[in-house]
Amino acid sequence: MSLITGILEQLINGLRTGSIYALIAIGYTMVYGIAKMINFAHGDIIMVGAYSLYVFTAILELPAAAAVILTVAVCAALGIVVERIAYKPLRNAPSLAVLITAIGVSYFLQNTALLIFKATPIPFGSIINISGIRLGNINISGVTLVTFVATAVMMVGLTLFVNKTRAGSAMRAVSEDRGAASLMGINVNKTISMTFAIGSALAAVAGILYICQYQSLQPTLGALPGIKAFVAAVLGGIGNIPGAMLGGLLLGIIESLSRAYISTQLADAIVYGVLVIVLLVRPSGLLGKQKTEKV
Amino acid sequence: MKKWGKAVSFIMAASLVVASLTACSGSGETTADTTAAGETSAAAGTETFLIGGIGPLTGSAASYGISVEQGAWVAIDEINAAGGVKVGDTTYMLDMVFEDDEATEDKAIQAYNTVMDEGAQVIMGAVTSGACIAITPLTLQDGILQITPSGSAEACIANDNAFRICFSDPEQGRAMADYAIDSLGYTKIAVLYNNSDEYSTGLQTAFEEEVKAKGGEIVASESFGADDVDFNTQLSSIRSTDAEVIYVPAYYQAATYISNQAKEMGMEIPFIGSDGWDGVLGTVTDASTVEGAIFSSPFCASVDDERVQNFVKAYGEANDGAVPDQFAADAYDTVYTIKAAMEQAGSIESEDMIAAMTEITVNGLTGDAITFDASGAAEKDVRFVEIVDGAYQYREE
Amino acid sequence: MNKTSAGKTPAKYGKIVLNILITLAVYAVMMVVIQGGMLSRQMTSIIIPCCINVMLAVSLCLLVGYLGELTLGHAGFMSIGAYAGALLTNYLDMPPVAELLIGMLAGGIIASVFAVVIGLPVLRLKGDYLAIVTLGFGEIIRSVINSLEFTGGAKGLSGIGTYATYKNFTFVYIFVILTILLIANLVHSRHGRAITAVRDNYIAAEAIGIHVGRFKTMAFVISAFFAGLAGVIYAHNVGILKPANFDYNKSIEILVMVVLGGMGNIKGSIIAAIILTLLPEVLRSAADYRMLLYSIVLIAMMLFNNSRFKLAIVEKRNLKKAAEIQKEGE
Repeated sequence: MSLITGILEQLINGLRTGSIYALIAIGYTMVYGIAKMINFAHGDIIMVGAYSLYVFTAILELPAAAAVILTVAVCAALGIVVERIAYKPLRNAPSLAVLITAIGVSYFLQNTALLIFKATPIPFGSIINISGIRLGNINISGVTLVTFVATAVMMVGLTLFVNKTRAGSAMRAVSEDRGAASLMGINVNKTISMTFAIGSALAAVAGILYICQYQSLQPTLGALPGIKAFVAAVLGGIGNIPGAMLGGLLLGIIESLSRAYISTQLADAIVYGVLVIVLLVRPSGLLGKQKTEKV
Repeated sequence: MKKWGKAVSFIMAASLVVASLTACSGSGETTADTTAAGETSAAAGTETFLIGGIGPLTGSAASYGISVEQGAWVAIDEINAAGGVKVGDTTYMLDMVFEDDEATEDKAIQAYNTVMDEGAQVIMGAVTSGACIAITPLTLQDGILQITPSGSAEACIANDNAFRICFSDPEQGRAMADYAIDSLGYTKIAVLYNNSDEYSTGLQTAFEEEVKAKGGEIVASESFGADDVDFNTQLSSIRSTDAEVIYVPAYYQAATYISNQAKEMGMEIPFIGSDGWDGVLGTVTDASTVEGAIFSSPFCASVDDERVQNFVKAYGEANDGAVPDQFAADAYDTVYTIKAAMEQAGSIESEDMIAAMTEITVNGLTGDAITFDASGAAEKDVRFVEIVDGAYQYREE
Repeated sequence: MNKTSAGKTPAKYGKIVLNILITLAVYAVMMVVIQGGMLSRQMTSIIIPCCINVMLAVSLCLLVGYLGELTLGHAGFMSIGAYAGALLTNYLDMPPVAELLIGMLAGGIIASVFAVVIGLPVLRLKGDYLAIVTLGFGEIIRSVINSLEFTGGAKGLSGIGTYATYKNFTFVYIFVILTILLIANLVHSRHGRAITAVRDNYIAAEAIGIHVGRFKTMAFVISAFFAGLAGVIYAHNVGILKPANFDYNKSIEILVMVVLGGMGNIKGSIIAAIILTLLPEVLRSAADYRMLLYSIVLIAMMLFNNSRFKLAIVEKRNLKKAAEIQKEGE
């Protein structure tokens, strides 16, 4: 195989993981942008999404479309409940307190799943039965294609929603200045709840695509993609939706190329190294807004 | 006096300390109870012999520890139902306490001390290599017999009181290399291993050395990390070489992802693997992805053997139909090894049992006549399993 | 009542005497308990991990509590110290205590050298960005250690002398006290006030001539030094080091101690470190439910610490204090 095809193939591999990272990062970044908190439990919502899909299709034997809708609904509801119980009382607490609570929620979800579904991985056949395409020597599977499309659609849809709709402008207002927003008659609590519902619904979609791609369920499956997506969101400028998409795809490509051509051992170090360098040059990420602090 | 918030924190702290103390005294009492019970029943000629198990019950390696615990209980129940272990004039009923070490070194030390508090008379563990190495200085100090079912790193049995049931990583890696070259006739081999795992790296190092020594060629040596689920990059790199076969020394989770993604990419290079592959048919969605894979394994649940089938049946009945893996079989053999050592030594003192270890032969699930040499390693034949028509099968020599 | 500073001095001395008494009393109790074999083996073996976690929490408290910077890479510095110390003591052939002393010094210094190198560029970042970059550095350190030959790679570094067990409690205890003492003194010194000024308002701090960058780096380096020391003790307590044990989860574990301890509260950090080390052991009998309980306790504590109930208590206390001061003034 020539070098060019090799590189092309590795690029596609990078885009494949990258689009999953991007999909998760979009939800991450939106919650961060509006609620101003790192939702460490975001990765575990993906896990809940994956297990819900398994329960709905494999155990309750519902049709795929109904299972997908129910999964998204379950995750959105979970997002609202988690926000109400664990994050809302901490609205005015230091951000660190919220971070720790989010870590607590993450442990809680993981261990609940461990108790219910046990640690042994559960095999799960993909519900997406679209045949892949072949470009010369390179094979792109159906799931990967769906993931590409879903990520792009979500990114565009979410950007339009935030920028063009009434609810979206309420979200932006809350993001800018919570106090002022509530004075303008915006229901801050409701807006933040909605943010979590949408963020968790996105996580559910990510969970569904993730599980169709990798086909194995484990209680800890959300942890690593969660962290990677967080890195992707920061890389692209946290709070910025197109930035999250860019960050996710870049992360996937860097990971894939450094594994293929530099060292598989040091791939993680390289990924984080790039993050550090980007942040040192552009402290608010690739597409993030530079803010000067006021006295 | 004025710091109420702190007072509340202090009360919480105090209640925890009290709770911990009561927990201690509680466990103290239970040990006292068991010894008391032992004394009274000694007149009747039966006593309890307590095995202390250590392994991960939570965390990412939990499935191994859980298998070991469940496998050991099958053996214990079997032995007790058959009348216990006769040592001299006394009959011992086996019992077990199993503590979680989360597969980490520091927790293993705590777990070991906890089972010792509970009166363990022999140690079965730890399940994972690192944790096992961490407790070896302590078991040596206490002079207690330590048998690890699955701690495969070389340092696990460095001390005289430590033995193991499974193969060591270098042994297994070399055996697979010999088999791949001599029996399967491969010369160009790619390796895909987990670089954050001592089991996988141990196998990989020995395998690559042996292949080179035999005149074979390692055309690619790719690695992945602990929780990786995407192997397309590494597989693409391997595909661009002229590898005839891919050696994947890893556990079945990784093997599941790797074989699935290789098939998705349209790769047709066959796989060979290590004993961690056992169980892979339970986690793949499509058995054809691992069809034809050959791995070194001491145990295989679907093999047509009466003892194995009895074990699989008993294990399934006790655990909601679960199928035992290699860890469960190793633990089962560990318990029978302990029984054999007790009988051979004619004593339940660790000192005597350690001396007896090299004299026993155990007819186990993971080997027909397992013996132990002075280094603590088990001597048994390496067996190879092939996946044929979606089922495990021993390879005929 | 005396309202001059002279009136405060005896109280201050009283506090110092009290602290010394507590230190000695804890030591005496621990020695009696250890020598007398009054604790179960499980509880005896948890003593040194408690000490290690106290050192880690107190050193991170300086960064998170007093400097106000969220870092998620503390385990990285701990691992550098642990590996440096262990490699050195494996190489040396001296009496255990001497080896351990040299190992600790080396571990601490090498960890702080790394802190300078990492801190200088990184500390320009703020808030969540700093958190993610320090997390990144922690992971870089881990994967580099994992890929190196002389650190034993994934197999880990084994054969480390287990010198820092409960039998050497005195030795470890001295270092714990030293850590607490040095950090507490630093916090209450001129430099410490500068550090808190940076936390409270760095622009104002800069305006009155505090060299913000220098103080940030100083706090970062000191914190890393003690994390390195704790790492060396850890290495010689467990006897084997594996890179996988120093991932971001370990950093988060330490951070949780600091936050539960009430951020910027050394006593709180100490208590939280001890409780959170004991908790999993105490909950052992709960087996499967242990981590679940842990997560619930964690969430509940955070909610309580920031609840209206707690705030009301704090406010009441402040009012009372104000009233007292007013009374004194009259």
